[in-house]
Amino acid sequence: MSDLTKLTIAEARDALRKGDTTSVELTEACLTAIEGADALGAFVHKTPEIAMDRAKAADERIKAGDAPAMCGIPVGIKDLFCTEGVDSQAASKILEGFKPKYESTVSGQLKDAGAVMLGKLNMDEFAMGSSNETSVYGNAVNPWRAEGSAEALTPGGSSGGSASAVAADLCLAATGTDTGGSIRQPAAFTGIVGLKPTYGRCSRWGIVAFASSLDQAGPMTKTVRDAAIMGQAMMGHDPKDSTSADRAVPDFEAMLTGDIRGKVIGIPTEYRMDGMPAEIEALWEKGAEMLQDAGAELRQISLPHTKYALPAYYVIAPAEASSNLARYDGVRFGYRAKLDQGDGITEMYEKTRAEGFGAEVKRRVMVGTYVLSAGFYDAYYNRARKVRALIKRDFDMVFAEGVDAILTPATPSAAFELGQSFDDPVQMYLNDVFTVTVNLAGLPGISVPAGLDAKGLPLGLQLIGRPWEEGDLLNTAYALENAAGFVAKPGKWW
Amino acid sequence: MLDLTPDEKPTPKPKIIPGAKQDWELVIGMEVHAQVSTRAKLFSGASTQFGSEPNSNVAFVDAGMPGMLPVINEACVAQAVRTGLGLKAEIHLNSAFDRKNYFYPDLPQGYQISQLYHPIVGEGEVLVEMGDGTARTVRIERIHLEQDAGKSIHDMDPAMSFVDLNRTGVALMEIVSRPDIRGPEEAAAYVSKLRQIMLYLGTCDGNMQNGNLRADVNVSICQPGAYEKYRETGDFGYLGTRCEIKNMNSLRFIQAAIEYEARRQIAIVEGGGKVDQETRLYDADKGETRSMRSKEEAHDYRYFPDPDLLPLEIEQAWVDEIAANLPELPDAKKARFIGDYGLSDYDASVLTADLEAAHYFESVVAEAKDGKSAANWVINELFGRLKKDEKSITDSPITPAQLGQIVKLIKSDAISGKIGKDVFEISYTTGRDPEEIVETEGMKQVTDTGAIETAVDEIIAANPAQVEKAQANPKLAGWFVGQVMKATGGKANPKVVNEIVTAKLGL
Repeated sequence: MSDLTKLTIAEARDALRKGDTTSVELTEACLTAIEGADALGAFVHKTPEIAMDRAKAADERIKAGDAPAMCGIPVGIKDLFCTEGVDSQAASKILEGFKPKYESTVSGQLKDAGAVMLGKLNMDEFAMGSSNETSVYGNAVNPWRAEGSAEALTPGGSSGGSASAVAADLCLAATGTDTGGSIRQPAAFTGIVGLKPTYGRCSRWGIVAFASSLDQAGPMTKTVRDAAIMGQAMMGHDPKDSTSADRAVPDFEAMLTGDIRGKVIGIPTEYRMDGMPAEIEALWEKGAEMLQDAGAELRQISLPHTKYALPAYYVIAPAEASSNLARYDGVRFGYRAKLDQGDGITEMYEKTRAEGFGAEVKRRVMVGTYVLSAGFYDAYYNRARKVRALIKRDFDMVFAEGVDAILTPATPSAAFELGQSFDDPVQMYLNDVFTVTVNLAGLPGISVPAGLDAKGLPLGLQLIGRPWEEGDLLNTAYALENAAGFVAKPGKWW
Repeated sequence: MLDLTPDEKPTPKPKIIPGAKQDWELVIGMEVHAQVSTRAKLFSGASTQFGSEPNSNVAFVDAGMPGMLPVINEACVAQAVRTGLGLKAEIHLNSAFDRKNYFYPDLPQGYQISQLYHPIVGEGEVLVEMGDGTARTVRIERIHLEQDAGKSIHDMDPAMSFVDLNRTGVALMEIVSRPDIRGPEEAAAYVSKLRQIMLYLGTCDGNMQNGNLRADVNVSICQPGAYEKYRETGDFGYLGTRCEIKNMNSLRFIQAAIEYEARRQIAIVEGGGKVDQETRLYDADKGETRSMRSKEEAHDYRYFPDPDLLPLEIEQAWVDEIAANLPELPDAKKARFIGDYGLSDYDASVLTADLEAAHYFESVVAEAKDGKSAANWVINELFGRLKKDEKSITDSPITPAQLGQIVKLIKSDAISGKIGKDVFEISYTTGRDPEEIVETEGMKQVTDTGAIETAVDEIIAANPAQVEKAQANPKLAGWFVGQVMKATGGKANPKVVNEIVTAKLGL
């Protein structure tokens, strides 16, 4: 078969089962593609030997005839996931050389399902960023370029390496994590599908924590069907994560009928932001029409606390991060600064953390420390929690009134040039404006590629679903995907 | 139903410490940290075994490894509930865990998981008896569950410090009292009482030497009468500025530290100065407290709800089940010993001081059917003998059934009390059964009046001069009794001998 790396999970699964190809062939094709794609900066720790071993084992299972859907599928794993014996450093210097003795539950479930890990993928340091520029490895690059331009674009962040690798067909799919939009925004920037499940669906055990109450793993795939297949393999109850939900995971793929007749799609007024590019607004309208044409009912809805979401998010996430990142102290693992004669434990902490963390991580640790400090706790953290509860209530009310899914733009713009917003954190934070509400409310959200902008860059639409109803959400996304017919691929320049 | 609440006792007088200018009183509140008796840690499956190789009882989450998550150990929750019930406290069906953030090498996560905002146990109380007939009810403010820290070792290497994480994450109960304790002795008695209750409950092993039970003591001084005003109004303004003495694991040190700290504060105030609110450490070698950090240097712990843990919800039915299976607690046991066995307050206190002694005593009673005598034998003979051998009650060479036999033998006049002591000694040293000893060694008391009469007749016949003297002076009849006892090898029942001698001499 030609162009093995361009296959979707579903296509590869069927080909593997029919014996048209083998996991070894697929894996070799991906490894070759990865070798030729260093310019994308997507894979930061390559694991070809592990990949080949697992591919061979997968072929055996497939031959034996009892292989699950993900068996033999070559995937990339975001560097935030701890993978046993393999560098797992959350794109941070402070975890330099860290090879965990354990495998995260999610990557472990994929491994058990027979998925083939090709390597670890680039990301923003500790998943803090929206452009993949805060990575210690250097930024990943978007395989898409504006028409007639050779300017390097961001693949988005924090799961930028995952998005870049999937969009460039270096792997069939990748894992991502999403704390404020880190799956959905890069998916939108690179023309792929990104699903953030309901909080509690995927175990957080073994995923380096950024903001524990918001972090959620999810699949980044070429199609909605693939998101259904891979998502199902990633989800499930894990007693090792106290916030993991003890709920059955349905067969998502079987729910992809494309039939959304009678479904109520909410269009939230508050997401129509001032200064929103016309292209984004047009795409949003087009998406709504497509869903309507497929038989859904459109309903204007109000989510009145939306405007407070971004500030609340940028209080809660740094607060949790400042505490979660306290363990990186140079005492037990990862990077430890060289000390001078006479330096004590305080100097060790200060130098290790000063040298080990990048600027954005330090900024958020400082913000988080500040908002939790005595005298400011109520004004910031507690207030943000209240806002969060109100945002959640907004969604609860809308769903209670019969709305099945909510359609919004995924991002306020197409992929921007690397370096463009790097020095302006507030500008960078605005990237999350459509996505953070979903994390604050713990809801499932999915980004579906829906069109190209005037420069030929992909744009995505976001669908937000009811909690625990990823299957229904995926089906609506599937209908949107079918209607949008997005088939564009980036021209290979790397 | 038997009322098991002890009679209301007068409260002890607050300790008065005379200063150079006036008398002062003490106000003390305590935070007792009790290690929860469970096999596994609060949020990990690692063992809590004391004395293991350093860093051998450490799960990934205890070491703060990236991506590791805490999962609550239900056994620890049950122990906290049990302790709360034992302190007659309110059990909160909804509680939550918070993170207390600070940096230290033996705190791998960079935060301690604790319960600041919503503790599992609310208000309760402890009756602290002072042994002189007075008792004080100390109010418990709360009990919360939290993780212990590890151990930093600074004296193994001149340039390096070492860290042992075995204790990291072990469950602690922090039992917080109100400032109701009024003197060093009361403070020690309070900790002893908590320890006793927890030992009864099986929720803490009470080992202070290993640090499994330790206390932070808040000490302030006030003018006589000021405390009563505080109690009336709840206004802390009537009390002096407190200093917290951290981490003490000996009752003796607790008393000494309070004593020292009180005098230090008195000297400051009488000298026109102001006591600074601060955290202090007690130096046992020097017998003094010294400043550890001032209020300004106090950590900002940045408490916030731990997002890795859902709020802890427990069900009333579960609490009820624990309550139904609670053992008899010291106060109730003591009241029962007094009521059922007619013991004195003191004896009942001694016998209920620890559970093993109480069990032993009741086993003796089961055999002997005489509580008072059993108490005398356990307290006077057994405890004395064990103390001499530096043995604990659980190592007693004589079993409760054996001691019960001795009491029974005396009660049935089979042996005298004096012979009983001999039998005790033989049984204690050889493990032989008292009944068998008495039988084999022919120690049975002779109560057969015929045999005694024969012996009396023989002695009277052989000593006519003594008979004359005795008839003139009946006090001398004792000589005949002695002779009979001698002749019977001490086995004759002295009471019977006395009666027969008196009769035969016609006195």
